[in-house]
Amino acid sequence: MAANARPRMPTLAAHHREPPLNRPDPDDVELELFIRGLQLRHGYDFSQYARASLKRRVQALAIATGSRTIGELTSRVVRDDVLLPTVVSAMSVPVSEMFRDPPVFRALRAEVLPILASYPHINIWQAGCARGEEVYTLAILLEEAGLYDRCQIFATDFNDAALAQAQEGIFPVTEARQYAENYLAAGGAHTLNHYCHAKYDHIKFDSALRRNVTFANHNLVADGVFCEAHLILCRNVLIYFTNPLQDRVLGLFRNTLVRGGFLCLGSKESIDYSENAREFVALNRRARIYRLGAPSA
Amino acid sequence: MNDRGRSSAVVIGCSTGGLKALRSLLGALRADLAAPVIVVCHRGSTDDREHLVELLAQAAPMPVQEPDERSRVRPNVVHLAPSGYHLLIEADETFMLSVDARVNFSRPAIDVLFESAAAVYRERLLAAVLTGANDDGAIGLKAVRARGGHALVQSPEEAEADRMPRAALQVAGADAVLTLAGIADRINQRCP
Repeated sequence: MAANARPRMPTLAAHHREPPLNRPDPDDVELELFIRGLQLRHGYDFSQYARASLKRRVQALAIATGSRTIGELTSRVVRDDVLLPTVVSAMSVPVSEMFRDPPVFRALRAEVLPILASYPHINIWQAGCARGEEVYTLAILLEEAGLYDRCQIFATDFNDAALAQAQEGIFPVTEARQYAENYLAAGGAHTLNHYCHAKYDHIKFDSALRRNVTFANHNLVADGVFCEAHLILCRNVLIYFTNPLQDRVLGLFRNTLVRGGFLCLGSKESIDYSENAREFVALNRRARIYRLGAPSA
Repeated sequence: MNDRGRSSAVVIGCSTGGLKALRSLLGALRADLAAPVIVVCHRGSTDDREHLVELLAQAAPMPVQEPDERSRVRPNVVHLAPSGYHLLIEADETFMLSVDARVNFSRPAIDVLFESAAAVYRERLLAAVLTGANDDGAIGLKAVRARGGHALVQSPEEAEADRMPRAALQVAGADAVLTLAGIADRINQRCP
């Protein structure tokens, strides 16, 4: 037993733990470090974004910026502020289309606008407006319902570049046919040409359509209530969020809406996993239009 | 059969000719298949766009559904990617939908499903590329193979459109090139 009495020298093996059995892929580890780096260095928090699509976006960004790996992209992003707008754009809500899912806008026209018409002044929040396709959609819808002059639209996004584009109201002409078809399918009163003109390779919407629109930077991840709204449109934004963040944002919407106010989400979105969504009553489930609590008497 | 010969999830991708191929393939699956079957079939503007779920449900011996976002991947269910959305699998085996840009001019794209499923199921994944007239699925199948998943490609001779299976073979290769009947047999064997 004498040999055992001597203090044992620590061996390398004692410090080197076996790698865990289902250890994550390098790409997944690098993705987490990228998220942490953006948060520490730039204050943008993407930790509550669902990982499957976030990974695709970040991988695409790595390729677009000439980085061989997400890890290489991370070290560039934390050292180079110039790269940040590119990163923020790549991480934000993608391009939408005008009157996407036409039946939704038919439903808004038929079931929501008549109720909104009873308010002397109507506040509408377009949350995550990206390049503004839905802002102009909404403005046209309100114009044709004769309500627009009583409306204030707040169009927000956390991506300043997208906001600047939204303010321009310019879209590629290649999209025009789809938009025009959607507009008619949504029950438009004219043709889309009534509101825009084509020039070279783009279409430009009348500036009059944004006379009651305020574009502002707002980050659903971090920012709070900034207005009282009668209608919130936030379509295909929360699908990118984990359940806890989705719940937080639905709480923000609840606190923003007036009693009996309306919330319109994307056509495939599910709020079944959110506590804060319990106060929303489906008005038109297919169109994902909800109403907050019982309407005030 | 040991675990190496087993798969716990099945992903299938197809395009042109996909409806007919899927009806034939799903129809040959065992009714008590243990694995989930997750399908991306490109949909054109044709009238099968709205009715694909019903058309497949008539053929399949198990339920066919378009998954809700955040819902769990369920065994013995055919989950069909909804039109206009990419379908992805999260690490906790729930579905995620995205409206990110088209991939290979497609949304849903086969590559998007395959790559995310490969990351989650790794060597437990079985992936099959069927008939189609574009290259979608090839890169995805390569990702499946890179994680040790089992890759099947419909025989180009049998496929209504052979470009998709040929592209998959060229880019990714396969563990087997089979007819639809052969692919169904293989799925039945590997997912008891």
